[in-house]
Amino acid sequence: MFPFCFEWQWDAGHFLFMGSLYMVLTVVGLGLMYAGIRTFLDLKKGDH
Amino acid sequence: MDYALIPEGVKRCSFGKFVLWISAVSLLLLWGAAGALLCWIKGLNQTNMNDYFGFGIWITLDLAVIALGAGAFFTGFLRYIIGIDELKNIVNFAVIIGFICYSSALAILGLDVGQPLRGWFIFWHTNIHSMLAEVAFCITCYFCVLCIEYLPLLLENRQLKKIPSLNLFGHHLHRIVAVFAATGTFLSFFHQGSLGGMYGVLYARPFAFRDGFFIWPWTFFLFILSAIAAGPSFTILITWITQKITRKKLVKKNVIALLAKISGWLLLGYLFFKIADTIYWATVTAPARGFTFMDFYRNQPYGLWLFILEIGICGVIPAIILLTRRGRENNSWLILACFLNCTGVVINRFVFTVQTLALPVLPFDRFVTYFPSWQEWASSLAVIAYGIIVISLSYRYLPVFPQEKELNPA
Repeated sequence: MFPFCFEWQWDAGHFLFMGSLYMVLTVVGLGLMYAGIRTFLDLKKGDH
Repeated sequence: MDYALIPEGVKRCSFGKFVLWISAVSLLLLWGAAGALLCWIKGLNQTNMNDYFGFGIWITLDLAVIALGAGAFFTGFLRYIIGIDELKNIVNFAVIIGFICYSSALAILGLDVGQPLRGWFIFWHTNIHSMLAEVAFCITCYFCVLCIEYLPLLLENRQLKKIPSLNLFGHHLHRIVAVFAATGTFLSFFHQGSLGGMYGVLYARPFAFRDGFFIWPWTFFLFILSAIAAGPSFTILITWITQKITRKKLVKKNVIALLAKISGWLLLGYLFFKIADTIYWATVTAPARGFTFMDFYRNQPYGLWLFILEIGICGVIPAIILLTRRGRENNSWLILACFLNCTGVVINRFVFTVQTLALPVLPFDRFVTYFPSWQEWASSLAVIAYGIIVISLSYRYLPVFPQEKELNPA
């Protein structure tokens, strides 16, 4: 068992398939986080 | 009444007229909701699907709207990754169309699975060897990406823009939209392909089965190509309809012509590989499984006419129109070409979903046809109403078309 994959197995297929999913989710999450943090910093600076 | 919400410098119809328009369209949506509710409450016995047709109009519609919605990722790819600047004038609208198409596809899938409360099974109990699992993952992730791409436009609303935090958030999201466009391209490439791959690996269905490259049957690549060829045409078609209804010019002709040219070249590429694939399938793949080409077209109503309609009338003809400058410059020909291109991809998805299942594959099998029940028709047509409502609201309250002010001076 592995987070978000109930029947996780240590093989190439799982690494490729789930790895691609986690990569996408990471990119999307980091993008949103970047926008959120920049917004917070700009608001704090009063830059608007 | 809603004047404060309307973008500055543009004209919109009166609020009363708008409410009347939305109410009229909502009737179709309500009819669809009634059909959908019946399917959820009483079950899939409300449909005309059976042991022969596990896939019906919903899957055809799903595959069709996903292909037509490819304009969003491909226009985003061309605009933000390749850097074609002119497309900034239509990319917002392409994203809205993509958002409508993918949200509709997910809603229809919610009906098709019969028990949507168990929809999460595909994510939790992932079968990594299943192309359908890949499609489910990619469509869900891409829909999230589309929501993120739509968000900066929503936050451009005149009133929302006044809220500093939202304005800044939208601004920062827009600055890194290329990251989301690249992610969307990656996801779309795989789910468009895997939708085709799902049929290409059906070795017990010689009509759909194809050879291929590594683990991917040729249909994997053909579905990607057909989607990116039809997506931009669908964007042009919907832009034209919006212009007709609003009686305004919203996008300059050079932008439309550029998108049409791209669509034309992609369609030509698709047709080349599709025809090559069909020849190989008809002469090698199908005979190796004991079938001749005409075996697949002997049964009416799915005769040879459907093949000619898909490849010839809705393939070769629009490709010729879109590739010639005179064809692109003549509005009527251009719209006809876009319409035929989109119809071609819908027929292609129909053929792969319904015709594949209709054809008998065993000696004691019989040919059966399928016609959707009213519940299936209603819930499918509701997608159109939903699309009209989202486009109407977006057009009224958001600055969707950057060239609108310039093209329609007050």
